[in-house]
Amino acid sequence: MRNRFPFVLLVFLLMTPALFAQAAAPQAADLAAIRSQIDTLRADYEKKIQDLQKQLDDIQARQASLTQAAPAAEPQAPVPAAASSITGGSVSAGKGFNPDISVIGDFIGTTGSNQVNPSPLFEMHESEVAFSAAVDPYAKADFFMSFGEEGVELEEGYITFPTLPGGLLAKVGKMRGAFGKVNTMHNHVMPWPDRPLVTTNLVGGEDGINDTGFSVARLIPNKYIFLEATGQAFRGNSGDNLYHSSQSSDLTYLGHLRGYHDITENTNLDLGFSFSHGHNATGVVNDVDFGRFTTQLYGGDATIRWKPLKRSVYHSFVGRSEFVWSKRDQPDGTQDAKGYFVSADYQLARRWYLGGRYDRSGRAGAATLVDKGQSLLLSFYPSEFSQIRTQYRRTDYADGPTANEFLFQFQFAIGAHGAHPF
Amino acid sequence: MKIRTFLTVMSVVAAMFSFRISAFGQSKLNVIATTEDLASIAAEVGGDRITVESIAKGYQDPHFVEAKPSFILKLQKADILILVGRELEIGWLPVLINQSRNSKIQPGAAGYLDASIQAQILDVPGGQVTRAEGDVHPLGNPHYWMDPENGKIIAREIFDTLVKVRPNDRAYYEGRLNDFVSRLGAAEKRWLDMMAPYKGTKVVTYHRSFSNFAARFGLNVVGYVEPKPGIPPTPQHTLDLMNQMKRDGVKIVLVEPYFDTKTPNAIGRDTGAQVLVMPPSVGGTKDTTDYIKLFDSNINMLVAAIKKSSGK
Repeated sequence: MRNRFPFVLLVFLLMTPALFAQAAAPQAADLAAIRSQIDTLRADYEKKIQDLQKQLDDIQARQASLTQAAPAAEPQAPVPAAASSITGGSVSAGKGFNPDISVIGDFIGTTGSNQVNPSPLFEMHESEVAFSAAVDPYAKADFFMSFGEEGVELEEGYITFPTLPGGLLAKVGKMRGAFGKVNTMHNHVMPWPDRPLVTTNLVGGEDGINDTGFSVARLIPNKYIFLEATGQAFRGNSGDNLYHSSQSSDLTYLGHLRGYHDITENTNLDLGFSFSHGHNATGVVNDVDFGRFTTQLYGGDATIRWKPLKRSVYHSFVGRSEFVWSKRDQPDGTQDAKGYFVSADYQLARRWYLGGRYDRSGRAGAATLVDKGQSLLLSFYPSEFSQIRTQYRRTDYADGPTANEFLFQFQFAIGAHGAHPF
Repeated sequence: MKIRTFLTVMSVVAAMFSFRISAFGQSKLNVIATTEDLASIAAEVGGDRITVESIAKGYQDPHFVEAKPSFILKLQKADILILVGRELEIGWLPVLINQSRNSKIQPGAAGYLDASIQAQILDVPGGQVTRAEGDVHPLGNPHYWMDPENGKIIAREIFDTLVKVRPNDRAYYEGRLNDFVSRLGAAEKRWLDMMAPYKGTKVVTYHRSFSNFAARFGLNVVGYVEPKPGIPPTPQHTLDLMNQMKRDGVKIVLVEPYFDTKTPNAIGRDTGAQVLVMPPSVGGTKDTTDYIKLFDSNINMLVAAIKKSSGK
């Protein structure tokens, strides 16, 4: 309504000459009065017109800014509904950058007799929390926090540079060393609740070679097979008794060569050779390393996998073996201990796996003491995210009574979907 | 002086010659697709200027492909990687990309194409997702290529990526894209005509692989052999499903080639429904050698089965 007033004035003013023409013999005084009236009217009308113009300009500017903004807003439109519901319309868009988070629980129950290395009846063995995300266009970061029933440990935490020049793949941080297969495995991807005797006796047990440093891996081009060489250097502390660094120069070095070949589309062979070198703690007295003793580990691993692609959901077979030779210098001389395991896992049905394992290993510090073990396993996977596993394990200890144990394990994962083990 | 002139001329000739080689002897683009469907569409658009290979086979469950190191070698040499996306490959592709040492195909790079970005995606969960619902895909149903309209969208996306990497070949790719889209459009019209009389036909499928296919061709998916995505059939669910099928008069069960037909066959015997092994992917059966033939084969099989069941 307000906007129509100047318009009416305009019409009136346009008509004024006609009005004047109709006026008969106007007096001079009248004329002056009329002129002053017209002047005030004109001033009024000009002000109104200016206001109107300003309003029009404002509206046009606003419209222009809207049409400019619209195309830019479009690509943001297909934000997945799930994302908005997760953030709950919160004020911080930074939540969109949260890493993938998953938690994997590992419960182990053990019954039976074992006087050498007894396990608790029930144990929440590990709760592993994993975070993973891209750091920037050049790197990715992964963190694995291992919560025991008491205490937390950084199992792994590293940055990966996947596209360095020269075809290198580099990792920096704390990581499991690339010694064989079992040492690289987190608990939840292993086909057994426990680790083989050779790992326990010679490669640092559950923690294994797991240390802070860096890793560089390169593919070796050739026409025939997948061939990858990995070199790693760590601070020098691994396992309970494996490697111990007394000086900053006491690094642990590790080398691994992996060859892989698809025999058919269903069957493949994976072979590896590993070497590692570092200082051990057997010469340490009162925190002084008098002995400067070292340990060399040599390892070979072989994995054969069969999975018919058309029935990959239902049947598969994996045969594994690892051999380790530990050369450990210690005050009483060099101990040459050797050990290996052989295992087989067959997928009976979509959710059922049957497995067996044979273990034999000397001890790193006393090579003549040889422990032997046999295991039989049955696993059931209610879904991809949980598993129930039972293991019968018989262990012939070199220095104690034979242990007969029955283990049952529940594993369960929540959160982001991780990579399938291979 | 003469020798110097000679050398200069020779080096210029050599430089021109090498330029000619690089300009005209341009090597083929190496495209790796995660599935045979994407590989087939890429081959249609890229023609003989690309080589294309797929990681998963059409007769394999694309959720459960193994991250074999031999695939790392394929990705290492790739110029372009085309993936289905929507977390279909989440269990195996990220590890492979991570180890590929190839900056061209890292997420965000010009050679990384998530084919789902512009496609029409169904079954996107509305609220909070929970695995109590099974192995649900929080970003929607990843089997979207089973709608030829999405096939056209995927072809255009592949075209865009090829042009981004090889702008000089634009005209060639454009010609091939237009040809493919018009052939696919004509075929789609034929398929729609074939299916038109049977609109609303009720079917049961094993997994949720056919949501887009059913939506496009007017099938009504009333149930699944799996009680929940990724959970194998249970006796109680199978019993409930059979009762429901009898009540609703469902006469067709569709099974992906990589699932066991034991339970579907038992359902078929009990309810009188026909069990069709219907590939949701190129290469799933012998007849489905490319994207158009996949629909040709599936629609023919489906129409024949519906005619048979309604003819009784």
